[in-house]
Amino acid sequence: MSGPEKPPAPGRFADLARLTPARIALGRTGASLPMREVLRFGLAHAQARDAVHAPFRPEEVAAALARLGIETLAVESAARSRADYLRRPDWGRSLSPESLAASHARRGRFDLAIVVADGLSSTAIHQNAAPLVEALLPFLRRHSLSLAPIVIASQARVALGDAAGQALGARMVLVLIGERPGLSSPDSLGAYLTFAPRIGLTDEARNCISNIRPGGLGFAEAAFKLAWLIDQGFRRALTGVGLKDESAAALEAGAAAGLIPED
Amino acid sequence: MGYRVAIGTRSYLFSDLKELMAKATPPRSGDRLAGLAADSLEEMMAAKIALADLPLRTFLHEALIPYEADEVTRLIIDGHDAVAFAPIASLTVGAFRDWLCSAAATTAVLARLAPGITPEMAAAVSKLMRNQDLILVARKCRVVTRFRNTLGLPGRMAVRIQPNHPTDDAAGILASTIDGLRYGCGDAVIGINPASDSTARIGELLRLLDGVIARFDIPTQACILTHVTSSIALIEQGAPVDLVFQSVAGTQAANASFGVTLALLQEGLEAGRSQKRGTVGDNLMYFETGQGAALSANAHHGVDQQTLEARAYAVCRAYQPLLVNTVVGFIGPEYLYDGKQIIRAGLEDHFCGKLMGVPMGCDICYTNHAEADQDDMDTLLTLLGTAGVNFIMGVPGADDVMLNYQSTSFHDQLYIREVLGLRRAPEFEDWLLRMDITDATGRLSAGQGGPALLAAMQDRAA
Repeated sequence: MSGPEKPPAPGRFADLARLTPARIALGRTGASLPMREVLRFGLAHAQARDAVHAPFRPEEVAAALARLGIETLAVESAARSRADYLRRPDWGRSLSPESLAASHARRGRFDLAIVVADGLSSTAIHQNAAPLVEALLPFLRRHSLSLAPIVIASQARVALGDAAGQALGARMVLVLIGERPGLSSPDSLGAYLTFAPRIGLTDEARNCISNIRPGGLGFAEAAFKLAWLIDQGFRRALTGVGLKDESAAALEAGAAAGLIPED
Repeated sequence: MGYRVAIGTRSYLFSDLKELMAKATPPRSGDRLAGLAADSLEEMMAAKIALADLPLRTFLHEALIPYEADEVTRLIIDGHDAVAFAPIASLTVGAFRDWLCSAAATTAVLARLAPGITPEMAAAVSKLMRNQDLILVARKCRVVTRFRNTLGLPGRMAVRIQPNHPTDDAAGILASTIDGLRYGCGDAVIGINPASDSTARIGELLRLLDGVIARFDIPTQACILTHVTSSIALIEQGAPVDLVFQSVAGTQAANASFGVTLALLQEGLEAGRSQKRGTVGDNLMYFETGQGAALSANAHHGVDQQTLEARAYAVCRAYQPLLVNTVVGFIGPEYLYDGKQIIRAGLEDHFCGKLMGVPMGCDICYTNHAEADQDDMDTLLTLLGTAGVNFIMGVPGADDVMLNYQSTSFHDQLYIREVLGLRRAPEFEDWLLRMDITDATGRLSAGQGGPALLAAMQDRAA
């Protein structure tokens, strides 16, 4: 076997790498990855593994939302530790008895409940939850939607939103949750929208927008898509596989009308 | 009723067939989560001992999930081929294992047998098999499928280019696709998991891939991995849909959680066939599965996750798929905790699918919250390459920047070809040679093979 192949000529394959965050044009030695790429991958994996276990700081999220003038409610799932959370998704989907009672105590007549949940990346929530909510608020005001206190949930999975939304008496629930960290995106936030939330719903009842982060889907565009889905969800009284995201056309029209600010 | 086994002075009782199956299963976190796992290793062995004595035909009379309650059970029972089953009808599960390992079970014999194997039979025997048995027998099974090339031939392994991009950016997807092609990947499919579920955006991606395939006359197929209802809608709008994708599981209720029924899958198949876009065959369904899917939808009926996974293959089998992909480590540690459990599950899934006549590939993968790493994937890749897996994933640098998990890379497929001498689909192999991407030995050409591919980018820029 000869040594590593020569790097590609400038202006050739290597240029492709600028077009995507994916790991392309890596070069090779024989059939194998060059040493520098093996190390770069190993470092990213170490950082992603560390991110899964970084502690969630709900009080920081509450403070950021308070600066937007939003009331919050801190809750916990039935999973009491990270180890429980990883092995028992059923616990992560349920509110603890105390948190269920606290949610019932705030029950009202709300159009929308937003649940901010740590999921598998507290980093995603610390960095991206408040800016996304801020980008979404003007749309909610324009449609005169009443918003429940924002629930900040620890050790939580998506379906915890069903329990919280139901307890709060909301017609729809939006869960903003830390997605499982990728090597290139430990900060990716997912948004799940569910009409008429109630315990026992499954994924076909939800619409999902993923990869919300500065390096992925930006806050303004994500907020526009969510606003479109929320509006259509109320009009059609459903979310999930029966509601296709056709926001692209509306987005173009919105951009033309100057409704979408630059990120 | 039930199954009783005495071990020394202890007696173990398994109250029904599904308890026996679950407790005979090698350890995994998903069965423990469901409360189905054996309480001790001795209890697991007691269950295996009882399962080995069980007549195979029991599975034809005793449904794990009631016939009346589940359309997947009805598909399995109503579609069972008694003539194909006849040669093994008198065997127990244990004797079936011995027979599968014997010289009597040749490739031709196993191919004739496949329609007579129910998923429960495949799952039961797999629970009694060591990893080496799963490899040995799967290697004898051949499932060949065709659309624009021929997949599953002996000594060959195909690769899906998975050029995902976090925002479905066309230039980014094209860049990953070209990089994959110049590593000799893409014969299984060029398949994108879209970030968006907008049919307009998905239509654009379909036209993008169709353009690349047409421009370079590549003998392969494209797929956007979107819901079957979206593919049907796109076909109605005139979009170029080669393969119709759907995630499926092993119970009616779990499929309902994916928003599908068997009738809807049939609709998808017929919509795809109406296009007549295949050149050498009309296998056009692409299914993905994975242990734990039913439990995660709370739709498992008290049946262990590996048996339910095999039932998903019965769903796939009914629609003559081109590709069936077990996305083995994607679901997370609550179902498959670590590298050991992921490796075992990958071998089980591949074996069960192949035994049932399903064109099995494997997304050899893990997430960052599982106790696994790239070394475990190297191990599973080497084992599945040896077992004759039809196809694997080619993800740039093994890092999927859209789905946030790690799989196998363009380099990984070069490694396994180098070690095991695995070749690509014949039509695709010829194309790579014509393009000077590979040489006559199948290795990448000495230069930077395939500079012509860059023209696709330059055209876009123009």
